[in-house]
Amino acid sequence: MTMVVLNRRNLLVAGGSVLTTGVLATSMPGLLLPARAEGVAPTESMSGGANNYRKGAAVVDRIGKGGFWMSGTVRRAGDGVPLAGQRIQIWAHTVEGQEHEPQSHGATLTDKDGKFRLEMPQIIPIFGQPHGHLAYDSGEFKTVFLRPVMRSAKETSLEAHFVLQPA
Amino acid sequence: MILIWVAIALAIGVPVALAATSEQLAWRGPVYILAGFAGIVALGLVLVQPLLIGGYLPPLSAYRGRRAHHWIGGALVLAVVIHVAGLWITSPPDMIDALTYASPTPFSPFGVTAMWAIFIVALLASLRRRLELRPRTWRFIHMPLAIVIVVGSVVHCLLIEGTMETMSKVALCVLVLAATAKVMIDLQVWRKRRTLRGESGARQ
Repeated sequence: MTMVVLNRRNLLVAGGSVLTTGVLATSMPGLLLPARAEGVAPTESMSGGANNYRKGAAVVDRIGKGGFWMSGTVRRAGDGVPLAGQRIQIWAHTVEGQEHEPQSHGATLTDKDGKFRLEMPQIIPIFGQPHGHLAYDSGEFKTVFLRPVMRSAKETSLEAHFVLQPA
Repeated sequence: MILIWVAIALAIGVPVALAATSEQLAWRGPVYILAGFAGIVALGLVLVQPLLIGGYLPPLSAYRGRRAHHWIGGALVLAVVIHVAGLWITSPPDMIDALTYASPTPFSPFGVTAMWAIFIVALLASLRRRLELRPRTWRFIHMPLAIVIVVGSVVHCLLIEGTMETMSKVALCVLVLAATAKVMIDLQVWRKRRTLRGESGARQ
């Protein structure tokens, strides 16, 4: 039974539903992790994901004074292989600055398992939702902008997952 | 008579006061703060509108209540303009997304739709004489738009995670809905008849 459910979900994702991809990739990454025969569908950019983007944020050990963790994974579409050394740019409205301000932006690289993790200041609600922004915009793969929303403004971490396709 | 005024002052004043104590304000610029409060005030004005036109606010006469309804309508337009302009200055791409119905936030389309309904009502109200709209025609136009304004504003407000304290926000929203429902029932706005309250005196 479980297999059937998984198949349907993956088919939905492969079918190109942006919403499903976003929800599954954000909240249930485990469902997408096994590289199945149908292939891992690429992540689509979320609406509003690119808002207040500043191209070329520097790779940093930490954004500002930290206290909040943004993490996630980067994998290749199709076979789902983790991608190492990929630059992920992160920005948000935090206790140390507004979304568009330079000090609110930073970047990090994925490790050999395709995972990334960057400490940043606490994200707070802006425009009615506590949310962060992430971008893959390095050229090798197609650019993707994500805009994950926190379940509560009190949370101190947020995840976002990328499945990239060749540019 | 004084009770209703006290109740209105509390219904609008308490949410504004509690929002003024929100810790969110510490992380916001003055323009963003102004925009937020303009939104709360706008919702407060949406509460006052049905009460004025329903004649529930003594000692205002039906005539004076109606005049006040027009002026508050103008103030509502102003509050919405400040709300939208302030948010635009704070984050232009987010505001453009909202206005073009492309926003990821579920509350945005409700607010934008209510905004257009407010603008349409205000525009038609200012042209009502020139267009020679009969009371019945006017009601036929205004009532559906009033419902769009009220429902749109309430849903918009409830879905937002911002400076407003939850309980006072819900209370204000419930009162807005209740006041609107009461005036629509009392004035029997859906009944097909030629006269209504103020006009009936002139025709008898």
